[in-house]
Amino acid sequence: MNGGRSATLTGAWRFASLASFRTEGFPLIATSILGVLIFVAVFADVLAPHDPEVGRLGERFRPPVWQQGGSEKFLLGTDHLGRDVLSRLIFGARISIVVGFTAVIFAGVLGTGLGILSGFLGGWVDQVVMRVTDAWLALPALTFAIFLAAVVGPSAMNIVIILGLAYWTRYARVIRGEVLSLKERDFVRLAIVAGCSKRTIMKRHILPNVLNSAIVLGTLMLGVVVVTEAALSFLGVGVPPPKPAWGLMLADGKKGMMAGYWWLTVLPGCCIMVMVLSANLLGDWLRVKLDPQLRQL
Amino acid sequence: MKRYIAKRVGFAAISLVLLSVTIFLLVRLTGDPTVLLVEPGASQADIEAIRVQFGLDRPLWVQYGHFVSSLVRGDLGHSFYYRTPVLDLYLSRLPHSLLLATAAMAFSLLIGIPTGIIAAVRVNRWWDSAGKVFALLGLSMPSFWIGLLMILFFSVYLGWLPSSGSGTAAHLVMPAFALGWYFAAAHMRLTRSSMLDVLGSEYVKLARLKGLPEALVIGKHAFKNALIPVLTLAGINLVIMVNVAVVVETVFAWPGIGRLLYEGISFRDFPVVQATVILNGAMVVIVSLLVDILYAVIDPRIRFAR
Repeated sequence: MNGGRSATLTGAWRFASLASFRTEGFPLIATSILGVLIFVAVFADVLAPHDPEVGRLGERFRPPVWQQGGSEKFLLGTDHLGRDVLSRLIFGARISIVVGFTAVIFAGVLGTGLGILSGFLGGWVDQVVMRVTDAWLALPALTFAIFLAAVVGPSAMNIVIILGLAYWTRYARVIRGEVLSLKERDFVRLAIVAGCSKRTIMKRHILPNVLNSAIVLGTLMLGVVVVTEAALSFLGVGVPPPKPAWGLMLADGKKGMMAGYWWLTVLPGCCIMVMVLSANLLGDWLRVKLDPQLRQL
Repeated sequence: MKRYIAKRVGFAAISLVLLSVTIFLLVRLTGDPTVLLVEPGASQADIEAIRVQFGLDRPLWVQYGHFVSSLVRGDLGHSFYYRTPVLDLYLSRLPHSLLLATAAMAFSLLIGIPTGIIAAVRVNRWWDSAGKVFALLGLSMPSFWIGLLMILFFSVYLGWLPSSGSGTAAHLVMPAFALGWYFAAAHMRLTRSSMLDVLGSEYVKLARLKGLPEALVIGKHAFKNALIPVLTLAGINLVIMVNVAVVVETVFAWPGIGRLLYEGISFRDFPVVQATVILNGAMVVIVSLLVDILYAVIDPRIRFAR
């Protein structure tokens, strides 16, 4: 399609055409689940039967509707403050989707940018970026994220920045490796000989060619980021209460666990697992389809 | 060999320096560090005293020198909550963390290696698919949720195991399982791919050609070499486990380093948080250095590369 347009688009076109035409082994269920989650996140206000943050103390710890004591008003029961679990799960999807996607994109832009600079420019830029990457990788991402969260304080915005800062190093490593091999390819050498500026080469010749890897990595990262967000919220350094993040719901669920109020522990965890599993399945498929070089990962 | 070790030690040292710079700068640049270093509710005079004591009114590089020199002296500050040096606290919790990590590692290897080998030997058959599902589930279920589910099932419904605390072997079972689960999946994946590599190599073909029974080819010849990368990863993962155990330790009230970090966060005890993160990072750097060196001793190809 429109082959004469700039090379910037080739990566994106290749992505689009592959995704639509070569659908062998396409994880339909996983993709639909992600689609449903995004839909739920967008229309949370319409779908949720109750306000997720308002409790009714008279309705505390109601079980789901099919259990004895359940009420049709609260299909999946209520929590320790009498808040509707279904509504909280629905709004929780919004938090997980928004935080997950923005953090992955933030980490991706930062990591890909630095990876390209580091790989293409080489020399001291490369040394600095790679040594910083090493040092940041020395701290497990969770510990690093907890530390950052403790320093800057919890808020949804800060969580995105924290997760981005904790995970950009993975992109930087992989993208740098790809850039190093791209640099030896003829079209890049020709561009250099033709007198293109470094900026133009990086933007028009290198970036489109590493975009596939960045997208694959991003999909695979989505699961990791969602789990980390849940863990941070669970520990009380993530999204602050009374916002209905799934990790926060699990932490609250502990209060009713000893009394056997299983739905407060089982349901939010199921949501996390289903989302992460879907992202992983889609990521695995994309990796094989889009980027044979990443199959080893 | 000496050159290789010197180079690795150099990289590790750079990593440690950058780690300390990162932590130092993040605390200083994201706001007023006195707020973090002073106990909540301290008077204005106390705040001024801390500012002078830590030299927070002086230029950044002077402050960094101060920061590093106290680190080197082993002075990591005092906990607001426990009123003791943070280093003592950390060292008193370390054995619990190592016990939990060792148990979780043993569990993850016991599950991961046999399933990985079976999956590789029966590649693309039923077993392999089952293994893939298991690995995917393991990587997708957050460890703290597995912990909560186990408490719900084994402590609340069945009443078999204690839900929190430490001291007996029964206390160790669930935390070790919850923590080891994810790593079991990772070890399975690596065992499978490493075993597949080895099974395709010339010496395994020769062993088969000379008529060795398949059990011996896999159990003796292939197994040993396939295990090297798995054990290397396990070495590093042991330290990673100590780090990521924070959620599992919180779920089970296990008195390890993770729990210390969690208490540090909940009690706004910043010196504890900072020291735990620095010491954990240093631990990862040092252990990966040791693993690298050990690996070079075992496998000469590595030390002569580049």
